[in-house]
Amino acid sequence: MSKITLKDLSHSYLEKQNSNDDWALRNINIDWKDGGAYALLGPSGCGKTTLLNIISGLLNPTKGKVFFNNEDITLKTPVERNIAQIFQFPVIYDTMTVYNNLAFPLKNRGIPPNEIDKRVKEIAEMLELTKTLYNRASGLTADGKQKISLGRGLARSDVNVIMFDEPLTVIDPHLKWVLRSKLKELHQKINRTMIYVTHDQTEALTFADQVVVMHEGEIVQTGTPVELFEKPRHTFVGYFIGSPGMNIIPCEIQNGTAEVAGIKISTSSKIKQKSNFSKTEIGIRPEFVSFSKDGIPVKIIKVSNTGRHKIIDTECKNGKIKILSHSSKEIPSGSAFLSFDKKYTYAYGDSRIIE
Amino acid sequence: MDKTINQKAWFFVIPVFILVAFNAVVPLMTVVNYAFQDTFGNNVFMWEGTRWFKQILKSERFHAALGRQFLFTGIILLIQIPLGIAIALSMPKKGIGVPICLVLMSMPLLIPWNVVGAMWNIFALPEIGFLGHSLNDLGFDYNFTQQIGDAWFTTILMDVWHWTSLVVLLSYAGLQSIQPAYYQAAEIDGASKWAIFRYIELPKMKKVLTIAILLRFMDSFMIYTEPFVLTGGGPGNATAFLSIDLVKMALGQFDLGPAAAMSLIYFFIVLLVCWVFYNLMMRNEVQK
Repeated sequence: MSKITLKDLSHSYLEKQNSNDDWALRNINIDWKDGGAYALLGPSGCGKTTLLNIISGLLNPTKGKVFFNNEDITLKTPVERNIAQIFQFPVIYDTMTVYNNLAFPLKNRGIPPNEIDKRVKEIAEMLELTKTLYNRASGLTADGKQKISLGRGLARSDVNVIMFDEPLTVIDPHLKWVLRSKLKELHQKINRTMIYVTHDQTEALTFADQVVVMHEGEIVQTGTPVELFEKPRHTFVGYFIGSPGMNIIPCEIQNGTAEVAGIKISTSSKIKQKSNFSKTEIGIRPEFVSFSKDGIPVKIIKVSNTGRHKIIDTECKNGKIKILSHSSKEIPSGSAFLSFDKKYTYAYGDSRIIE
Repeated sequence: MDKTINQKAWFFVIPVFILVAFNAVVPLMTVVNYAFQDTFGNNVFMWEGTRWFKQILKSERFHAALGRQFLFTGIILLIQIPLGIAIALSMPKKGIGVPICLVLMSMPLLIPWNVVGAMWNIFALPEIGFLGHSLNDLGFDYNFTQQIGDAWFTTILMDVWHWTSLVVLLSYAGLQSIQPAYYQAAEIDGASKWAIFRYIELPKMKKVLTIAILLRFMDSFMIYTEPFVLTGGGPGNATAFLSIDLVKMALGQFDLGPAAAMSLIYFFIVLLVCWVFYNLMMRNEVQK
């Protein structure tokens, strides 16, 4: 068990770095508490697996340091770091039984057989593998195999951190739910630091207490699921999280207020009189947009019904705006006016929130 | 659902059928024909029943050739398979070294068999060959044309040189297909080098190794050209493997009946060993 600190971490897979694009990770600073459940969320290629491999020691960072419990372990091997990692595809030792698979990391560390036996049975019980414990691992289904991978990660009771690299990718949707809640349950039971990498917002938001959103090698926001939803600090967080994502509408700034289609918009951001952003935008989630008597004039393009909700696509002079409304509500047709809930309306300068 | 009746498909099958008939079925049936009859030429045949088979199965000459054949195949499998795996494991996994190694490894496989035999014959000649002369200079009494041990040594060395590459290439392909996550997981699990080989690399290579062993078994069991050019089966009959002995009997002594019977027995041994071996290797796969 330990807390994890990443300091000014940057990584590049190239020998020489000429531009910003040559870096897979840029200036990562993280402080993770002992026993927390964290998620690294971002699209493919944003650097989350790189970051994970640096924490586990499979990769050495180009710049910066990694600390476990304030001890610098940047150059230590995965074995010395005493961590567990579960990969995207189930990694099992085909020729061994399920039992031997679970016992393998313990045997390699010279733990006495009777202790191994106790531990393996405990883990098998937790993951519901007891029935197939003495079968060959290669005969199991994909989710059974991934359970073995999980089990090997959980087998050692002294690991500093358990890391999951998109572990549910190959699992059937209905089993995803089962395994995900199992993980959450395990975290509460064994209370160890867990880091969960995913590109799936639902997985991240349901698993983690703290979600780190990554975009193009940088951390754009760290926060609880509610914070990410209610106050995205970067336009990327806004449209990556939520379904549909946040409306990001280009706006003009006049005398300290934002204007969309010539209409003044009041926001929670404190916009300075003078600002020199190259790009300014208004962000508002579809949940907080409603029809009103006056406001931004829009044309209604499409209404789609998702069952509980209706998603209405509209267009104003500055761009498209989506609205999420309860399906029982009446939708005007043709043209309408929109108003935004001030509390959840933010102004963004160069993609970052203005506070 | 009704099947569409389309007899045109036969036109696609017939060429293959004719090809297989003329290069396999007809010759094999001719051999079968000879195996049960005796002939003095002029298309005059006399029915002999199973006499040739009984004669071959009882003959000491056949037993000796079969013994030599199993010994030879056993030795080269024991050398080539572990050696091939070891070389594949030590080959670079990426970079400029990969194509260089692959080309070097493929070279022996590209040389025609009789050329390999001729090369090694000259290479190993005690008077003028580099290998033969050097060994004699070093104080070994080496002469593969006269000493049985030396003849075996040279034949095996030649086969190892010629065919280990095949095992290397197959094993290397098997190793390359292992996902990096397996090595990473093993590293995190604290596995030793030996454990990684034993529990990851070897099981993942199982299928290609099965093919490698089968190919090497069949090829070495039917080896003819190379030892024929190198030693001609000698000294005496010391390196007269089954195929060499068979050709001697059929073309040297013109004993067509016994030679045909021997061919069939030879054929069934190869078939039987391959079948047994394949089933043993695949037994675990079926259990899934």
